[in-house]
Amino acid sequence: MKAAVIRFPGSNCDQDCFHALHDVFGVETHYVWHKETSLEAFDLIVLPGGFSYGDYLRCGAIARYSPVMKSLVDQVEKGKHVLGICNGFQILCEAHLLPGALVRNRSLHFICEHVKVRVESVASSFTREALTGQSLNIPIAHGEGNYTADDATLHALNKNKQILLRYADANGAITDAANPNGSAQNIAGIRNERGNVFGLMPHPERACDALLGSEDGKFIFESVLVSAGFIKAKS
Amino acid sequence: MSDPAITPELIAKHGLTPEEYERVKTILGREPNFTELGIFSVMWSEHCSYKNTRLQLKKFPTTGPTVLVKAGEENAGVIDIGDGWGVAFKMESHNHPSAVEPFQGAATGVGGIIRDIFTMGARPVFSLNSLRFGPISAQDGDSEIHQKAVATNRRLFAGVVSGIAHYGNCIGIPTIGGEVYFDESYNGNPLVNVFCLGVLKHEQIARGAAKGVGNPVFYVGAETGRDGLAGAAFASRDLTEESKEDRPAVQVGDPFREKLLLEACLELLATDAVAGIQDMGAAGLTCSTCETASRGGTGVEIDLAKVPKRETGMTPYETMLSESQERMLIIVKKGQEQTVCDIFEKWDLPYAEVGVVKDDGMMRVLDHGKVVAEIPASKLADDAPVYSRETKARPVPEAIDPASLPVVNSRDALLQLLAHPSIASKNWVYRQYDHMVRAGTCVLPGSDAAVFLIREANKIVAATSDCNSLYCSLEPREGARIAVAEAARNLACSGATPIAVTDNLNFGNPHNPENFWQLVECVDGLAEACRAFNTPVTGGNVSLYNQSPAGAIDPTPTVGMVGLIEDEKHITRSNFVKEGDAVILLGGLGDELGASHFLKVVHGKKAGRVPKLDFAKEIALQDAVRALIKSRLVKSAHDCSEGGLAVALAESCLSGTEQIGAEIDFGTPGLRLDQLLFNESQSRIIISTTASNAAAVLSLLEWRGVPAKRIGKVGGGALVIRADGEELNWQLGELHNAWYSSIHNAMSES
Repeated sequence: MKAAVIRFPGSNCDQDCFHALHDVFGVETHYVWHKETSLEAFDLIVLPGGFSYGDYLRCGAIARYSPVMKSLVDQVEKGKHVLGICNGFQILCEAHLLPGALVRNRSLHFICEHVKVRVESVASSFTREALTGQSLNIPIAHGEGNYTADDATLHALNKNKQILLRYADANGAITDAANPNGSAQNIAGIRNERGNVFGLMPHPERACDALLGSEDGKFIFESVLVSAGFIKAKS
Repeated sequence: MSDPAITPELIAKHGLTPEEYERVKTILGREPNFTELGIFSVMWSEHCSYKNTRLQLKKFPTTGPTVLVKAGEENAGVIDIGDGWGVAFKMESHNHPSAVEPFQGAATGVGGIIRDIFTMGARPVFSLNSLRFGPISAQDGDSEIHQKAVATNRRLFAGVVSGIAHYGNCIGIPTIGGEVYFDESYNGNPLVNVFCLGVLKHEQIARGAAKGVGNPVFYVGAETGRDGLAGAAFASRDLTEESKEDRPAVQVGDPFREKLLLEACLELLATDAVAGIQDMGAAGLTCSTCETASRGGTGVEIDLAKVPKRETGMTPYETMLSESQERMLIIVKKGQEQTVCDIFEKWDLPYAEVGVVKDDGMMRVLDHGKVVAEIPASKLADDAPVYSRETKARPVPEAIDPASLPVVNSRDALLQLLAHPSIASKNWVYRQYDHMVRAGTCVLPGSDAAVFLIREANKIVAATSDCNSLYCSLEPREGARIAVAEAARNLACSGATPIAVTDNLNFGNPHNPENFWQLVECVDGLAEACRAFNTPVTGGNVSLYNQSPAGAIDPTPTVGMVGLIEDEKHITRSNFVKEGDAVILLGGLGDELGASHFLKVVHGKKAGRVPKLDFAKEIALQDAVRALIKSRLVKSAHDCSEGGLAVALAESCLSGTEQIGAEIDFGTPGLRLDQLLFNESQSRIIISTTASNAAAVLSLLEWRGVPAKRIGKVGGGALVIRADGEELNWQLGELHNAWYSSIHNAMSES
């Protein structure tokens, strides 16, 4: 299998995602410049974090018009797996590949810290290797991670089990105190209805090495690599 | 618009003395024109020429077997870290801009130091910063003047932190540590010292020399505007009430542009097309053209009409003196121009061929083909006047007799110290910085030193910045020696061996003999200590004229020190880890209360003799800790600094992801309790080790001649300290509240 890490101008977690896929999991991984027009060759496409176009205008609002995005939409329609992390999540929302929007944190400050997220559903290509209710320790680093959507969208997300991760406290309780940025219903990550596109604010690529304090991000990568047929399911 | 006539008033306004103006005339063999006057004024400012400090900086040790690029040779020094890899690092100040426009001042400071690093061909991997502000806490009943100062200080502090976050987060270089201090002497004159470290292969070291006569000179990066006009000259004056008027001298940063510039330059440097590269920082186009020509022993001719500009009608004077950010000058090997064009097209960045390398040693500036400035490049760059200023020693401070101090409640004193913003947790600050991007931060902010795994080189680097300016204000030489020793001690506690130092000398106006004496004393102290620790100085920065109408800042020679950790198993943190572990104090109980934070915070006195530092004792201590760590006998290690033993113990209880208590018994030392708990005697470290290893650790230390004593054990929900029959007890929650939320609370009040 082949994975692509898309580089927008201003992407800055591209090397970290490349490292996780290539060095930790041994996946053949390529950087794809945003001016490229075909993603045909890839089985997994990662939109990394960063500040595409300097976050000017609005996070992800300019990147969604990059030439590569047309092909991304085509691949999504074909059922390829797409993972958007942080700024990648913001771009997927701007491109309407995921519903809702990510707005300024309620504290108005950028926040970088380890948080706990609870796995809400394992019936997905991106969480199948985790356990329902499992608490994952994964860092966040963003100024605009406050997930917002209208009531109808939130209702549909719940109904279709599209909410895969929620911010939770150490005991797994979904509380306001455990919500770092004010996200609606503590939402940290959602998938599209079809289930092949996943966006999340936490950075799983920063949690694949015990030396850095957590390996919980591996559950996300393992799940999608199992789904893509690259590795075998553990259970 | 015609240029103004050169009058004595205009010369004075440009900060040149009549003698310096005569020197200009001698170099040119004629009167300078307006543009040339501007060029000399910025190049001969303290910021660019180090005219007041050059003689002092020569005292630093700058050589050693690992030094690949020496201090002063290039934009940053480079040190060998083995296996063909090197690190380029440097610290630089942006104090004056941050005083008038904290957000952009700090942001462009970060941008400038990052450019210095990638100009060397290195990929920047992390940043630190050392910040100082006036007090941010006020109590009811404080004077109106104090309240007003506090409001200003909070605004500056918040602005600087968000400026650093804005730039560093966007460009994707983690800010993983540093220090923040608060003291009255920084009222109206904050210090913003930023450090960046990058990694490169030895053969990738790029040079800032205009080599190869006939090679084209390219301008790449952001367009030139009128921002930051003569910022270097502005930074070489005292700050006054009128400094606000100088706001146009502060540049405006665009981290997105710099990210593109960084990637484009590294991509270009990986080709064979570059003969020389130089960033445009202080004094912009002026400094980069004359310095590259001077280093190359060549001349450079540029035509300003070809320079990309964002404003119309810019005069040659303005174009040459602009400090617009995110720009570089690149000397391209003739015939490889297309490579440059392709790469900068790819990254959507402006670029232009603006000139050519000549053999006549001149910096010649044209505007539409007409000569507007013509100056011998090496004389402009290197022949700035050099001054040795008058010094006047300050009296040695009087010793403080502890017995003369009113007795205070030591239990409350510890809480007061932990809540003081200089000692309190800096989580309010570092939560705003992306400190985990690049997936290499092994020790999160808040421990003794930052530790980072540089994956491409498979090397673990530790770094710290330190300076106790209270010590330096009372006894500058001793304070500077301690700054280096403490930096090395912090590295030792994290498991690292120090390899080199960068420094940032922040002082008041050098024309004041007492200020200059402080500078000379501090330089002597730093030089002596760097020799003792075998850590060459690889470069740095000098910032003078740090004074507001209220006076000069406390002398602040900030030390940035870098070390290497051999094995990931040696990475050690400052926090206690496990119930039942033994706590061992290395280096003795101490008794020196002079110059302590206890005196400052609890008694309101910046007074007394600074603790004495004995290099032999200090080095033996650090070697011993490293040896214990390498033998895997150390669970945690934390140095004793501001606030003494009590603060160090509390920090070890609080700074881990889980808080954990400790029970300490000092026996019968026979000291006053406050003197025991809060003295700041040097060369002390608190470690924890498993109970079963404690005896082995003690005998190893005895064999090494390092005084050591088992003082208690880790565990419980409180910090308990017993001495001479007295017992003090603090619940962890109470300590944590005081320490963790103090800065947050102060900043929420405004």
